[in-house]
Amino acid sequence: MSTSTSPTAGAPAAPTRALNLSRTLATAGRVLRQLRHDPRTIALMLLVPCLMLFLLRYVFDGSPRTFDSIGASLLGIFPLITMFLVTSIATLRERTSGTLERLLAMPLGKGDVIAGYALAFGTLAIVQSALATGLALWFLDLDVTGSAWLLLLVALLDALLGTALGLFVSAFAASEFQAVQFMPAVIFPQLLLCGLFTPRDNMHPVLEAISDVLPMSYAVDGMNEVLRHTDMTATFVRDVLIVAGCALLVLGLGAATLRRRTA
Amino acid sequence: MMNYSSGPLHRPEPDPPAVRAQDLTVVRGSRAVLRNLGFTVPRGQITGLLGPSGCGKSTLMRSIVGTQAKVTGTLDVLGRPAGHPSLRARIGYVTQAPSVYDDLTVRQNLEYFAAILHPGRAAAGLRRESVTRAIADVDLTSHADALAGNLSGGQRSRVSLAVALLGTPELLVLDEPTVGLDPVLRRDLWQLFHDIAAERGTTLLVSSHVMDEAERCHRLLLMRAGELLADDTPDALRDRTGADTVEAAFLHLVDAAIAAGRTEETTS
Repeated sequence: MSTSTSPTAGAPAAPTRALNLSRTLATAGRVLRQLRHDPRTIALMLLVPCLMLFLLRYVFDGSPRTFDSIGASLLGIFPLITMFLVTSIATLRERTSGTLERLLAMPLGKGDVIAGYALAFGTLAIVQSALATGLALWFLDLDVTGSAWLLLLVALLDALLGTALGLFVSAFAASEFQAVQFMPAVIFPQLLLCGLFTPRDNMHPVLEAISDVLPMSYAVDGMNEVLRHTDMTATFVRDVLIVAGCALLVLGLGAATLRRRTA
Repeated sequence: MMNYSSGPLHRPEPDPPAVRAQDLTVVRGSRAVLRNLGFTVPRGQITGLLGPSGCGKSTLMRSIVGTQAKVTGTLDVLGRPAGHPSLRARIGYVTQAPSVYDDLTVRQNLEYFAAILHPGRAAAGLRRESVTRAIADVDLTSHADALAGNLSGGQRSRVSLAVALLGTPELLVLDEPTVGLDPVLRRDLWQLFHDIAAERGTTLLVSSHVMDEAERCHRLLLMRAGELLADDTPDALRDRTGADTVEAAFLHLVDAAIAAGRTEETTS
């Protein structure tokens, strides 16, 4: 009808930058919008950890001290595991559906993809951790000496670590089958060695040395610090920094696995 | 019907061709999938890339878009080496399998990709307009709020095409955009391609393994087994081979290539 040039025709797209806030937020919003079309996944992510804590409380009905220690550790482990699973599958789908290739052929920075995912799942992790922590503290009588906010902080960092590991591992999985199998491969050894089942200094020296370099050990250690001390101890600060550092490191590795050119 | 920009782009200097390839070779694994290709794709026209499946069409398209690894030789796109960051906003690329988010609606898909091309709050109006136009271009306005995963195969590939139309790219690379579509839709899409070329001055590179689509292109690149058999207009191809259709011309060229290969073997 009209012969006038439409405004889109002349507008050059903004150039690619390593990290662009609007593009990162758009990506995070898109990931959350995708999840909103899948309410069952959201329900599972939020409710399963609560259910497990509830179960655990009555498994250790006779020994509330054991529940305190295991419960606090699990508050850190649950977000890590769920976020690991959800992120690895979600990114794998992005890789196999061709949308990642399309995005990387567009002016989108790799950092935007990674940060967008981390932001979206981090938000979900906050809700999940808040629910689980609230339930444990107020309904299941988890006896914590320190502040509930510190518990939440560690849980959030664990969730970020899980997101980072999931992103990284998805690069090595060719199918959803493989991605799910990475869960026992990456998470279970950490679960066994993190001090949940027995204090780490009781382990064989070789295993103790291995557990010293696994990030989950520090996640659990941090939770136990909050459990036993009223204020922030030096050990707690060290644990938090190590978990955060690991998460950032693995996120960086994850960004390196996103290739614009593939064979 | 729609708000197209008026006429092809007018620039003071002659533009470099949309694509210029010289000695282009691509290796996948230990096999050379493309061998020493040399051709140019002129601007503002529809160039068809034809050949049997597996002949390297998709690899060539991925090389032009800059997503293919292990590309050697010269490959300039819109005057820059292929894969140059400044090209990402100037090329629209549609892969063979529709690459859209199945768990988002058509509009949500386009809104996200538009936000990548034109980020920021200031561009919100621009985004809304280009999303609405792209949906109208591919005739999906009545399905704008349907989940992409619930659409038919042909509709999903049109959503994928709409994404590529978003930023009004200078070069559109379409990998088998009409495969699996009914005749009416195929005709409409080809009409859209011609409108885009004529009214927006866009260069289109369209691959197909259906030879009757070749007649709808301004120029043709005929490929077979990683090599270029011909780079010409449909009319010139038919004249040169004395064939009635492009399909017959293609078969003639294939036979000639095989015969040439045999004599080479016997002489060496």
